[in-house]
Amino acid sequence: MAAPAKKQEGFHDCRDAWARTLEDLAARDPRIVAVVNDSVGSSKLGGFQKAFPERLVNVGIAEQNMVGVGAGLANGGKIPFVSAAACFLTARALEQIKADIAYARFNVKLVGQSSGVAYGELGPTHHSIEDFAWLRPLDAVTVIVPSDAWETAEAVKWAAAHEGPVYLRLSRMPVPDLDIKNRIFRHGKAELVRDGSDVTVIGCGTTVHLARQAAEKLQGEGISARVLNMATLNPLDEEALAAAAGDTGAIVTVEEANIRGGLGGAVAEYTAGHQPVPVERVGFPGFVVTGSVDFLFEHYGITADGIAAAARRALARKR
Amino acid sequence: MLKNDTVQTIREKALWMRRRAFKMVYDAQLGHPGGDFSAIDIIATLYFGVMRYDATKPALESRDRFIMSKGHATGALYTALCAAGYYPEDWLDTYMQPNSRLNGHPNRNYLPGVETNTGPLGHGLPVGLGIAIAAQISEQAHRTFVLTGDGELQEGSNWEAAMTAGHRKVENLTLIVDRNRLQQGMGTEETNGLDPLDEKFRAFGWEALMVDGHDIGALLDVLATPRMGRGRPLCVIANTVKGKGVSFMENKASWHHGVPNAEQYGIALEELV
Repeated sequence: MAAPAKKQEGFHDCRDAWARTLEDLAARDPRIVAVVNDSVGSSKLGGFQKAFPERLVNVGIAEQNMVGVGAGLANGGKIPFVSAAACFLTARALEQIKADIAYARFNVKLVGQSSGVAYGELGPTHHSIEDFAWLRPLDAVTVIVPSDAWETAEAVKWAAAHEGPVYLRLSRMPVPDLDIKNRIFRHGKAELVRDGSDVTVIGCGTTVHLARQAAEKLQGEGISARVLNMATLNPLDEEALAAAAGDTGAIVTVEEANIRGGLGGAVAEYTAGHQPVPVERVGFPGFVVTGSVDFLFEHYGITADGIAAAARRALARKR
Repeated sequence: MLKNDTVQTIREKALWMRRRAFKMVYDAQLGHPGGDFSAIDIIATLYFGVMRYDATKPALESRDRFIMSKGHATGALYTALCAAGYYPEDWLDTYMQPNSRLNGHPNRNYLPGVETNTGPLGHGLPVGLGIAIAAQISEQAHRTFVLTGDGELQEGSNWEAAMTAGHRKVENLTLIVDRNRLQQGMGTEETNGLDPLDEKFRAFGWEALMVDGHDIGALLDVLATPRMGRGRPLCVIANTVKGKGVSFMENKASWHHGVPNAEQYGIALEELV
């Protein structure tokens, strides 16, 4: 197992929020079931298994079967949450996700755990940085990437209530609470973390708090940066993108994913077709080198300094 | 109904399905008639002698489920659903036409009676397993039937599901293998052999039976027998003939997705009586 990321005060593993919320929902709604691939522990579903043993289906190490079983459970009137390491769930069962879940529009919730490079030293076979590019084009699938424990809980609740396929992308890497006042989870809508006028930094998942730190650094240099939390990658909040392009004229994207086909790709697709502005993409360019998750974030510039540097590059490209 | 009457009814439905499916393929000049014809007697037996359903209420919770995992054999599935009353016959005339509900592979959102999307092979059994587990959790009595091709069993996802179904003793699940011994290019045993297939399923914790897949009385016997209390899923290996019923198609791999010309169409209709 990969070394755990540094434990810091006020940082939380979002899997705790996920598991607690699912248990609460399951206690109220007998239709909720969980499907796992020998991943009870890593999905933190030990409590769920104890409370609802008959509603946890462990298919063993068999991801294609796992996703198909999820589709069948939905056919039988259940609300299945199919939870597994994101790398295996999305890659190994991609055709099942496409044909059995997305194209069939079955009411299945796919939950990718330990996504991105959370399994740092275990290497690219165990990283899930391509999942955005794989799932974003499946138009029926809502793709949500919560940024902290609060948003994780809200996203799980929203997914359970929503009729249709959802991909929830969770990490195991502790992140701080964003601590935004009067927060409301609105799927498909970017969340304004901080307003600004010179450049917009858009993050998702584990990178949003870094985007905010970068904006604080930039403020010290007299640069006003807007920060958006784009928790929903599909459907993308095009209204917020149009406003970002129009109001600030430059965009930086930050994601724990491959910059091709992910958040950066999505933003570039939109702006190229509607409102061309400089877009600097921070993330991984492809398979990563060996190292811990903290090392990899540092190495690839997914840090407050790296994001601030990208913002300066975007500003320099502004006409 | 007496069994002999049921057999006669199913035989008549199957004959109509073969004639109608071949017309669809002829009109569209597209399709998979060889696999349609090996599966039609099995599907007709399920819809007109075994399964409980209400075609006017396709989503009825207590319905028995049928999944056509060999989703390319739409000629067999679409004619069965039509004959069962899920939609009018003129829908069949649109087979593979632009904007038709009748795609070359079935979609549950377009066509009532289709339980899940299939086409890529090896998807039906895991989904059927999920339906059967849902019924177990809810303590519902309905059964789930999955029909796979034999070549299709080369997809590993089937064996993932076979393992889980045996382990969980999913007795309300029945897999029927359309054992025509031919896949797209050539024989299954020349490609990636499956025999001894029954022993493989038994080793996975299933009950496995062999049956003549064109003997409707025998199919009725094995498929209509209740499963509750058996403690094991059932695999019915139905020995069939690809292209069954049309002399020039029988046992020819080339009819996997072959389409008839006018002369062949005429000969087939003369034989299918």
